[in-house]
Amino acid sequence: MTQALDEIKIGGLGASRKRVEDNRFIRGKGNYTDDIVLPGMLHMEILRSPLAHARITSIDTSKAWQIPGVHLVLTGEMMATRNLAWMPTLSYDTQAVLATDKVRFQGQEVACVIADDPYIAKDACEAIDVEYEPLPVIVNPEQAVAEGAPVIRDDKENQADNVIYRWEVGDADGTERAFAQADKVSKLKLHYPRSHPSPIECCGSIADFNRATSKLTVYMTTQAPHIIRAAVALVAELPEHMIRIISPDIGGGFGNKVPVYPGYVCSILASILLERPVKWIEDKTGNLISTGFARDIYLDGEVAMRNDGKILAVRMHCDADHGAFFSDAQPSKFKIGLLHSAFASYDIPVGHITARGTYSNKAPGGVAYRCSFRVTEAMFFQERMIQAAANDLGMDQAEFRRSNFVRDDQFPHRTPFGFLTDSGQYAKCLDVGLRAVGYEDFRRQQQEARARGRLLGLGISTMTEPLGAGNSREYDILGIKMFDSAELKVHLTGKAIVRTGARTQGQGHETTWAQIVSHELGIPADDITVEEGDTDTAPFGMGTYASRSTPVAGAAVAMVARKIRAKARKLAAHLLEVSEEDVEWELGRFYVRSAPSRGVTIQECAIAAYSNMPDGMEPGLENTAYYDPPNLTWPFAVYIVTVEVDPETGVWDVLNIVAVDDCGVRINPMIVEGQIMGGLTEAYAVANMQFITFDAEGNCVGSNYMDYLLPTAWETPGFELHSEVVTPCPHHPIGAKGIGECAAVGGPAAFVNAVMDAISDTGVRNIDMPLLPDRVWEALTYHRDISGAPPVRADD
Amino acid sequence: MTIVYDDPGDEATAEVPVRRIRFTINGAKKVAEVEPRLLLSHLIRRGVGLTGTHMGCDTTNCGACTVLVDGTAVKSCTMLAVQADGHEIETVEGLATASELHPLQEGFKEEHGLQCGFCTPGMMMAAKALLDANPDPTEEEVRWALSGNLCRCTGYQNIVKSVLWAAEKLRSASG
Repeated sequence: MTQALDEIKIGGLGASRKRVEDNRFIRGKGNYTDDIVLPGMLHMEILRSPLAHARITSIDTSKAWQIPGVHLVLTGEMMATRNLAWMPTLSYDTQAVLATDKVRFQGQEVACVIADDPYIAKDACEAIDVEYEPLPVIVNPEQAVAEGAPVIRDDKENQADNVIYRWEVGDADGTERAFAQADKVSKLKLHYPRSHPSPIECCGSIADFNRATSKLTVYMTTQAPHIIRAAVALVAELPEHMIRIISPDIGGGFGNKVPVYPGYVCSILASILLERPVKWIEDKTGNLISTGFARDIYLDGEVAMRNDGKILAVRMHCDADHGAFFSDAQPSKFKIGLLHSAFASYDIPVGHITARGTYSNKAPGGVAYRCSFRVTEAMFFQERMIQAAANDLGMDQAEFRRSNFVRDDQFPHRTPFGFLTDSGQYAKCLDVGLRAVGYEDFRRQQQEARARGRLLGLGISTMTEPLGAGNSREYDILGIKMFDSAELKVHLTGKAIVRTGARTQGQGHETTWAQIVSHELGIPADDITVEEGDTDTAPFGMGTYASRSTPVAGAAVAMVARKIRAKARKLAAHLLEVSEEDVEWELGRFYVRSAPSRGVTIQECAIAAYSNMPDGMEPGLENTAYYDPPNLTWPFAVYIVTVEVDPETGVWDVLNIVAVDDCGVRINPMIVEGQIMGGLTEAYAVANMQFITFDAEGNCVGSNYMDYLLPTAWETPGFELHSEVVTPCPHHPIGAKGIGECAAVGGPAAFVNAVMDAISDTGVRNIDMPLLPDRVWEALTYHRDISGAPPVRADD
Repeated sequence: MTIVYDDPGDEATAEVPVRRIRFTINGAKKVAEVEPRLLLSHLIRRGVGLTGTHMGCDTTNCGACTVLVDGTAVKSCTMLAVQADGHEIETVEGLATASELHPLQEGFKEEHGLQCGFCTPGMMMAAKALLDANPDPTEEEVRWALSGNLCRCTGYQNIVKSVLWAAEKLRSASG
């Protein structure tokens, strides 16, 4: 008898396999966009607008052209002659590539220079003389809809005001009736401040147009190379088969590297014009002030309840500030992303959401920053409203949540806004978290501390995240359905290569996709290469964002491996000289049912596919699978944070962070935990310090890492992670759900709820993020709510 | 950097000042002619061609460009190449020998101290400066020593573990 394979030992499902990609990164041998050097390569720099809203009266590039080493100076006027001054966005709007008539936000691209050296290109940018005539500036939705507000998008026909859309979902009348029957209505106004995903690596591209072959190759920092290829084909009017997008190693994405940015387009045009490779590498300020921001939503929320704690209905109105162009990267049917996933954790009969999007003189490009399209806002609003509602009823925070949770036996469960959540054990997760944090003990300590003037607080947050768009019926981007793909080629010696349409940016696909194949086929993970990011070789896919990878591309990997196994079974039957029905499968091996010692390994089947296939069988052992998920996957999590607030200074310290994540089956527990810790850190950052705001003139505050604060190892607290609750996804081939974003989605409310809990005696209902010490101090000292983005003093 | 310009036919090119510098990088002696304004990080990346030293922020905040200059951790985007004249530079590419990884490299892999990998070289060089000076640091000392290096993926906990793993290995090797 042969020994059955040990799946963990071969690096299959559930193995905390060390990462394959680390081997190059730890040696400094990663291959990021800026590391690539092509023969004859030129360098591009962008000149950006210093003003947030102004008419361009003149652009004089003559001095720039005179600088030795300058090859090309591009302006909006020149782009316009090629019909490239504007480009379509992913949300059916248009965005300026290089400004022609006006600049509409600070940092907008006005001109660019291509030179021998980036230093020369920068010199030449400074030599460009632009004259502006300043216009009134709008920096929030209130100003955007005020009477007499200047129309920012006067370039658009039929755009008489600054409203982009009005959108609603749910049952307005039913919600109205439920509110009329409520014993109590809890109200809360919140602002989720503007943030920026801010990967350490900025955006960049190297466009390489070869006149001899007519082929355009673009190396670029993109999370979605195939979407970019389609966009370039449409925008630049190049044939799609002559476009090759290569996404090399990516130094973090978090949603920032999904959209198409003007810099990419300019580098492509410059390469076509100059017939040389053109490299554009953004600087940090350019990244922070012009590329895909996130959040920036104002909420007016209400919860209708019975006195016994039952939630009857919820009502939300959201005002979203989209900046100068509506270029959100999100499924096209949904104007404000999946904000309507709000309250998916709870069994609420009815609800109604209205939303209004407006333009402002701020950077465009709302992206799903470590979340599935506005889900972060949804879960933050949900959990802040739940906390306020429990307090308004005088109910315990944990008990109120438990009594309203969707119960285990209610799945699949229809949310008040139409989603169908698939599975979960919400109450069990909460129990694990409460036990871990020592809930009852902490409440006692909190009372005792308060008597001595110390302010301890505990915040709970739950999150139910819709991850893995499509299905293709509901989810598309500009009509392209949101499925994904995997291709698997098993070589004749039983080694293999898998390619997907996703693109890893730190998630570890090179490690985990091999584990899925290993699980399905019994081929050791070390024998499997994973390759992504090259549109000439990878099957078409929608890319990696919104936690799509494991739910969609990962599922495709499992499905293609199953196709391979089905063919291998036929080969096994042939080799074993039995009928296919008599062949059984165990990990890595087929055997004869009646004689289990007679078997062939998957590797033996692979050789046979190339050397000894049955008559009539197509040779080879390769296949491709396109996976259109039947539903989103629905991970659940409970995050509990305890803090101590210093009443003298408003500084708050984290005492404990407990995370209970149920993301279904974990492919690689080590990687899952790494992602949860990363998400918790971003949650801590956003609650504490990381935000972008604007002064009245539209100057971006947070335009560099001296102003845009990210936590370091010194500030970042430790984490306690719990993995004991596992509810496999019922419709995913290996039972997995998304996880990379959950903690960033659900985490912020836990921190804010903890601080609010600590200062609950003051009667303060809300401090909007970021909970900077001065804001907490002001709330504590003056017993007043602190609302909106931090005000910025004008320079004068 | 050596650049071949289109000849503009005037005196402009004569005005580009160049200075000759000598330095050692990962043990190899080098001589270069550089513009005085050239950043050390650009000399390393574009001049020497060692792209493991990354540039993230331009303002000395992110630490992705951290290298050792005469054993001290320095953010190479905030030092001019000419200031490296006569000095010894170590980069991430100098950590491993042909046959063996440095314990810090092993530690980062063992403890899952990296995800996208962009901050990793800078983290490891900052950590090397720490461990060279303090072979047995506490967690707090590690956190402080790395507080000039930003990571957006990991949340630092595993980075700290990685450094402590390396410290232990280095101690057991030397003890």
